[in-house]
Amino acid sequence: MQRRKECVAMLLAGGQGSRLYALTTNIAKPAVAFGAKYRIIDFPLSNCINSGIDTVGVLTQYQPLILNEYIGNGQPWDLDRTYGGVHILSPYQAKTRSSWYEGTANAIYQNMHFMKMYNPEYVLILSGDHIYKMDYAAMLEAHKASNADCTIAAINVPLSEASRFGILNTNPDGTIYQFEEKPKVPKSTLASMGIYIFKAEKLFKYLEEDEANPNSSKDFGKDVLPAMLNAGEKMCSYEFEGYWKDVGTVSSLWQANMDLLGERPEFDVGDKSWKIHSRNPLAPPEHIGEEGVVKNSMIALGCEIYGTVENSVLASNVVVEKGAVVKDAVILANSVIKAGATVSYSIIDENVTVGKNAVVGVDIDPKAEIVVLGRGITVADGVTVSEGQKHEKDILA
Amino acid sequence: MANNALGLIFTNLHEENVPELVRFRTMASIPYGGRYRIIDFTLSNMVNSGITTVGLMTTNNYRSLIDHIGSGKDWDLARKDGGLILLPPFSEKNDKLYTTRLEALSSLTGFLSRRNEKYIVLADCDGVARLDIADVLEYHESKNADITLVTHYGTVGNRADFMLVDAQEDGRITGVKLTPTVPKGTKADIFINYYVFNRQFLLNMVEDFVSHGYTSFEADLLAKQVKSLKVYRYDFKGYYAGIDSMSAYYKHNMELLDKNVRDELFGNRDIYTKVRDSAPSKYGKEATVKNSLISDGCEIYGVVENSILFRGVKVEKGAVVRNSIIMQDNIIGANTSLNCVITDKNVVISDTKQLSGCSTLPFFIQKGTRL
Repeated sequence: MQRRKECVAMLLAGGQGSRLYALTTNIAKPAVAFGAKYRIIDFPLSNCINSGIDTVGVLTQYQPLILNEYIGNGQPWDLDRTYGGVHILSPYQAKTRSSWYEGTANAIYQNMHFMKMYNPEYVLILSGDHIYKMDYAAMLEAHKASNADCTIAAINVPLSEASRFGILNTNPDGTIYQFEEKPKVPKSTLASMGIYIFKAEKLFKYLEEDEANPNSSKDFGKDVLPAMLNAGEKMCSYEFEGYWKDVGTVSSLWQANMDLLGERPEFDVGDKSWKIHSRNPLAPPEHIGEEGVVKNSMIALGCEIYGTVENSVLASNVVVEKGAVVKDAVILANSVIKAGATVSYSIIDENVTVGKNAVVGVDIDPKAEIVVLGRGITVADGVTVSEGQKHEKDILA
Repeated sequence: MANNALGLIFTNLHEENVPELVRFRTMASIPYGGRYRIIDFTLSNMVNSGITTVGLMTTNNYRSLIDHIGSGKDWDLARKDGGLILLPPFSEKNDKLYTTRLEALSSLTGFLSRRNEKYIVLADCDGVARLDIADVLEYHESKNADITLVTHYGTVGNRADFMLVDAQEDGRITGVKLTPTVPKGTKADIFINYYVFNRQFLLNMVEDFVSHGYTSFEADLLAKQVKSLKVYRYDFKGYYAGIDSMSAYYKHNMELLDKNVRDELFGNRDIYTKVRDSAPSKYGKEATVKNSLISDGCEIYGVVENSILFRGVKVEKGAVVRNSIIMQDNIIGANTSLNCVITDKNVVISDTKQLSGCSTLPFFIQKGTRL
């Protein structure tokens, strides 16, 4: 009998994430740090392995170095397999053509040979832009039970926000009769999560057709899914209940970090029944000093806290010196907040130094904007960085 | 040069000094410093010096060790060539289990003679230090020594199984004293159970000794023949924590609250341990944490002062933990108060309990206790 995988996952990780400003200057959005020790891609990868899917193609394009290095051989997610496992799929040169990935559908099309290697019955399409815990196996069961050609995961969003999403209009039995991309007047509040399961043969067929269509923008949401619907294929929605957050903007990324805090957090990364796997920093336990104050916060290994940290998320090896105050902030690995400095309502990237008595950001205020300090920069002593500023270069006195 | 050395770790020796801690485990797998086991320091020292083949000698109770070590990948020792090699007891039928280092080595001559490395580094798991083994090997080679012993100038403690060395200016050892009767607290050059041997020398010696019916390395070789051999001492000047009693275990763990000690052991961020994929630790709105080490996976809603919390500990609201070592996955109930307590793994202490030891005699709670 020929060896095969029932379901292969394809994870679209080529996005730039330009609305994250300095945070994605050098790294792809799925590699953006989140929740003190994770990167965004840990969530779909952990969901895959926890759902029993052990063959994952990760399609990279924009600034792939850190992402590739992070994924490595997939061992942290148990995805180092002799048959299957995680594979980085970057754009490549072929005999008759060589091109970057143009659109989500084209990216998958260009890696058809990868999927066919495993002769799968189903293909799961994922994106590397969201924070959520989801059992893809349950979705696959629903897909099989309905005998759909394509199943789209969907989540109910508030009506006021529905026009930001791709909306699914469905019959009572869950079959989809219409897609509306960012409708001005939404008929439903069921938003597509960008997670699709296809019967593999149907996916291959429609990708070929889409590729041959010169008028297509080669996008799943805009081209492939509507084409399937128009051709009368059976398309079903799979309703997901639970936490799901697009972290594509600075404020949503900040908010998602804050959602981890509290005794009963909106989103629990400590849930032992659905472990989130990641690469782990090589660091000793964090140390809270004699005068340190830490309240309602999440702190990663290797931190040294001698000042005050409240309502914040600190990644590994962050130092908060004496008299410094960090409030409502997200601080990424190896940054140093010097004595007497104040950091509030900000996202501080890795290896940043905030100088003595510097003031970064303002007190939390939904009307104010979040400060972003890019990787490796230094804020001089005593400098004030006012609300909403985004910096990629050193800030001199 | 270090890739020309083979590591050999004795995981069970010296267990009689800390009987409570080794009831369910080996000396090597005693939890230490929040998220480590003692062997992590020994193994990291070897790996960081470029050693890529390490054998682990075990005799009994080594299930927790195997669970911790796994394939060795967390120490970068899952290798095709060499890597981590478990060496559980092997003897022909009716032979009794080895009890001394020499007997253990004599059961290993097959393994040792098949290797190609020029040197062998032997280490026990009765101490915590950040030792640059590459430097020790360089020293050993520069002296053209047969054996190099690593010593540390320190205080004689409670233990019965220790050895002092007398050395010349140039490092050559002229005499060793096995468990001499010196008053506790005496300062001396104490052997810290790291040896370097030339592999061929070791093999010849083991063969020779076994044929003579000798059983002890230290008593039969070092004490009697040290003058006729080229035995040198490497003076380790860094921080050394000898785990030779329960109070030493407590005291040295607590020393990690000192930044200088932490910087020396962990400053380079190169002590490896088992990856558990715990979530980052979480501090509640009412948490008060002072001068403490907190590991990943902890949730703190109460008060923690001058303490070390291992991975996955939960401190409920109103609980007060002072001067204590709380091991993995403990739950400290609401309004419970602990002072100078060491709780082993998986202990659950229910609400409103009061437990206290003192700093010289910490109160120890056995693994898995429900209180």
